[in-house]
Amino acid sequence: MMDFDAVIRTIRDIDAAELEHWIAARWVRPEREGGHYMFHDIDVARVHLIAELRHDLAIEEETIPVVLGLLDQLYALRRRLRELGQG
Amino acid sequence: MAQRNPYDVLGLKPSASAEEVKRTYRKLAKRHHPDLNPGNKAAEEKFKEMSAAYDLLSDQEKRARFDRGEIDASGAERPQHAYSRYRGFAEGAPGAKYRAAEELGPDDIDDLFAMFSRSDGAQGRGYRGKGGDHRYTLGVDFLDAVNGATRRLELGPGRALDLIIPAGVENGQVLRLSGQGGPGISGGPPGDALITVEVKPHPLFRREGDDIHLDLPVTLPEAVLGARITVPTVDGSVSMTIPPASNSGKAFRLRGKGVKHADGRRGDQYVKLVVSLPETSDSELAAFLKEWGATHPYDPRRGMGTP
Repeated sequence: MMDFDAVIRTIRDIDAAELEHWIAARWVRPEREGGHYMFHDIDVARVHLIAELRHDLAIEEETIPVVLGLLDQLYALRRRLRELGQG
Repeated sequence: MAQRNPYDVLGLKPSASAEEVKRTYRKLAKRHHPDLNPGNKAAEEKFKEMSAAYDLLSDQEKRARFDRGEIDASGAERPQHAYSRYRGFAEGAPGAKYRAAEELGPDDIDDLFAMFSRSDGAQGRGYRGKGGDHRYTLGVDFLDAVNGATRRLELGPGRALDLIIPAGVENGQVLRLSGQGGPGISGGPPGDALITVEVKPHPLFRREGDDIHLDLPVTLPEAVLGARITVPTVDGSVSMTIPPASNSGKAFRLRGKGVKHADGRRGDQYVKLVVSLPETSDSELAAFLKEWGATHPYDPRRGMGTP
């Protein structure tokens, strides 16, 4: 678990305003505890992914929801396949 | 391992401008980003190599030093980040958090799997698959494993159930909870929860098969004169008589005091005596033994041979 500031420190190239914006857009959904955000490991990894998509890959802001939506569906399928494989 | 030349990795000429470097990297990264290519090991390796090359070439100072031959390609090694790739989480249970719930729920996915119907199925509508099994590990106290117990088990947010630990369960044994695993495919039965039992050690008791072993300290007078003493067992204390002249190491069997099973079988408990001197040295005892020893010599190491 990490708080907001720790995430900013851990992941290069993002600032507080940007992360606030991503949370508001619900691209990343940390838990809220008493007015503070708490990021699980998966949330931190997702922030990292979004940072890479936006900055390294130069994907436009309005395109990000499309990319994330497709990725979420891809991973839902892969999770389900994995579950079935274990059956 | 020698690093490839970063210009070769990105397919650039050494004269490429900073803008060209950036554009080329972006184009390649979009194709090879590992989170966009889950399960593709080659893409991941390629992406790592590309990122390292880009780290070096996008830094004007580092690039200049590399061009002058002051640092080699490995100077571009990307620092190890404290976070992991998204896909590592997204494919596991935590990934359910970012499920695109509205668009594609588990039921829709199961309909997709229903397309792989068996045409020979008697029902005609085809394949109903059993859901996946979920695996858990449960630490169980030694005595609960021996005697049996009921434990409340959290199977995830808002899902708990009472697990009956059968008496006599062994370390590593797997308990199956039917129907408590993943949901079935297109109306098929759910999978099972498989719970691996890890029995914790006990400070006094040891288990060998269905028998329980216990080292029991006794005093010098109890060992020499015999006594009636209280002995702990796995289901309470019992009283046991030790005869006079019971030496350290002598073992007694308490029949039917071992591990019990649902079918009525039950092991035994073995009690091994350990003669224990008083915790503080006693001058009276020492004086007595000095005199006694002088007149009653004996050699417990007889027969061990001479060194």
